[in-house]
Amino acid sequence: MIEFRSVSKEFPDGTRAVDDFSLIIPSRKTTVFVGSSGCGKTTLLRMINRMVDPTSGQIEIDGDDIAAAPPVQLRRGIGYVMQNSGLLPHRKVIDNIATVPLLTGVPKKKAHADALELLDRVGLDRSLADRYPSQLSGGQQQRVGVARGLAVNPNILLMDEPFGAVDPIVRADLQNELIRLQRDLDKTVVFVTHDIDEAFLLGDQVVILQKGAKIAQVGSPTEITENPASEFVASFIGVDRGKRALSIKKTAHGSILIDGEGRAAGRLVTASVDNVVASE
Amino acid sequence: MNYFLDAIQWIFAPVWVHGKSRIVNDIIQRVGEHVGYTLVSVAIATAVAVPLGYLIGHTGKGKQLAVGLSGAARALPSLGLLTILALAIGIARAPIAAVIVFFLLGVPSILAGAYAGLETIDRSTIDAARAIGMTEWQILTKVEIPLGLPLLLGGIRSAALQIVATTSLAAYIGLGGLGTYLFAGLGTHDFAQTLGGAILVAVLALAFDAFSALFQKFAVPRGVAATQAKEVRIRPHRPRAVVGTPTS
Ligand SMILES: Nc1ncnc2c1ncn2[C@@H]1O[C@H](COP(=O)(O)OP(=O)(O)OP(=O)(O)O)[C@@H](O)[C@H]1O
Ligand SMILES: [Mg+2]
Repeated sequence: MIEFRSVSKEFPDGTRAVDDFSLIIPSRKTTVFVGSSGCGKTTLLRMINRMVDPTSGQIEIDGDDIAAAPPVQLRRGIGYVMQNSGLLPHRKVIDNIATVPLLTGVPKKKAHADALELLDRVGLDRSLADRYPSQLSGGQQQRVGVARGLAVNPNILLMDEPFGAVDPIVRADLQNELIRLQRDLDKTVVFVTHDIDEAFLLGDQVVILQKGAKIAQVGSPTEITENPASEFVASFIGVDRGKRALSIKKTAHGSILIDGEGRAAGRLVTASVDNVVASE
Repeated sequence: MNYFLDAIQWIFAPVWVHGKSRIVNDIIQRVGEHVGYTLVSVAIATAVAVPLGYLIGHTGKGKQLAVGLSGAARALPSLGLLTILALAIGIARAPIAAVIVFFLLGVPSILAGAYAGLETIDRSTIDAARAIGMTEWQILTKVEIPLGLPLLLGGIRSAALQIVATTSLAAYIGLGGLGTYLFAGLGTHDFAQTLGGAILVAVLALAFDAFSALFQKFAVPRGVAATQAKEVRIRPHRPRAVVGTPTS
């Protein structure tokens, strides 16, 4: 469990990126920070591995204040995946994945064997192990980035818009892969995105943020869709328009669902509530 | 053309002199002195400028000062400085004066190569290295230094070239080197000797450059070279020589 307690961050230039933020991030669930550009998502995420230290307030991991933890040790125990993979361009894929294990003294043979298994895990062919990052596609680089984040078998995985720079088809692929991985691995994932669809797809807990990391609403995708806390949330998640604004239209052959643009979105069938929840 | 032929002839008509233990070709002895001064000066300049450059590049601090001092050092007239220094510290210690001057000549390029090498690395690469738990020292040694190597070697290469050419001035304060022929030839209007000396300096400079280029090619790790090569995704590539020119 990660707990933010009245955390604020003011950068030296006076920007107040995070203003009195409190939240509990449950273990073994995916929590998604979503909000528009500059609202403080990355700053929040980077406070968890002490890449940014709060100006005031505390952050606890499993009850221990992280301010007391040496940053390097803390970071080695937390997986971190960023938008542009952040791979070391002068190292082969396999050495990139094994970077931290090698730093912490895992024998090279074992680190490499583990790295190959991680390649399988993230759906990459082992033949890519000897390539350099520049010889991979953007989507492949992101997968390697995820593999590197998993290399120390961390309890916590931080992901900052990891799929932001790939095309929609590859992104959908990577999202499904992450859902599958998370089913097997059961990590505490903290995921940052500005795409509400991605947030609803991946998140068990979704945190909608406004400027200064002010929480507009926290909840499961179902809760937020059912009951948006404010005008802002309603318009941010788009329940008032587009493909989330569904209405029923009776036709000669039954009822169909129409989206905000008047296009047919689907057919109305009766579903048990359980099914609806499971598909979220 | 005649001068040129005379000069070639002069080069191949050896003058034998008494060396330390045996009789040697005078030219060989002068080349030895020349190379000696060059290597010592480049080595000292590298030893001083590289740590300094890395410090500036890693912390991002002190760059203005370094640029200013480098500019000033570059503007110093070598011959004038050499004369003044030799007179100031005594002609007996003239070799020290010479090395100081050549050292000052070499520092700016190497310093610029060292910090520019670090500066040009993508910030997000370094940020990621830190975020996954590398210490500052590991970031420097495992990320910044390897990735900055091509530019650093480029800096050392251009410093060596400048120094090898300028070492001709050593003869002006009686320290030998290939400059001996330039000054002697000018003094006696023996233009074959002057031109011959100049050709030897040029050949030596080219040899130095070729050697540096080879060194650069082999000293840059394959992966670093790969990061520099373009269109790597099209087919398996061979790393090519990396020639970096530091900017400052
Ligand atoms: N190192 C810094 N120094 C000064 N201001 C900063 C720094 N890092 C971030 N900020 C500011 O803090 C605010 C929040 O930035 P942050 O990177 O957390 O936003 P974000 O929600 O991740 O945005 P994006 O979706 O564009 O990545 C912004 O106004 C940003 O300009
Ligand atoms: Mg961000």
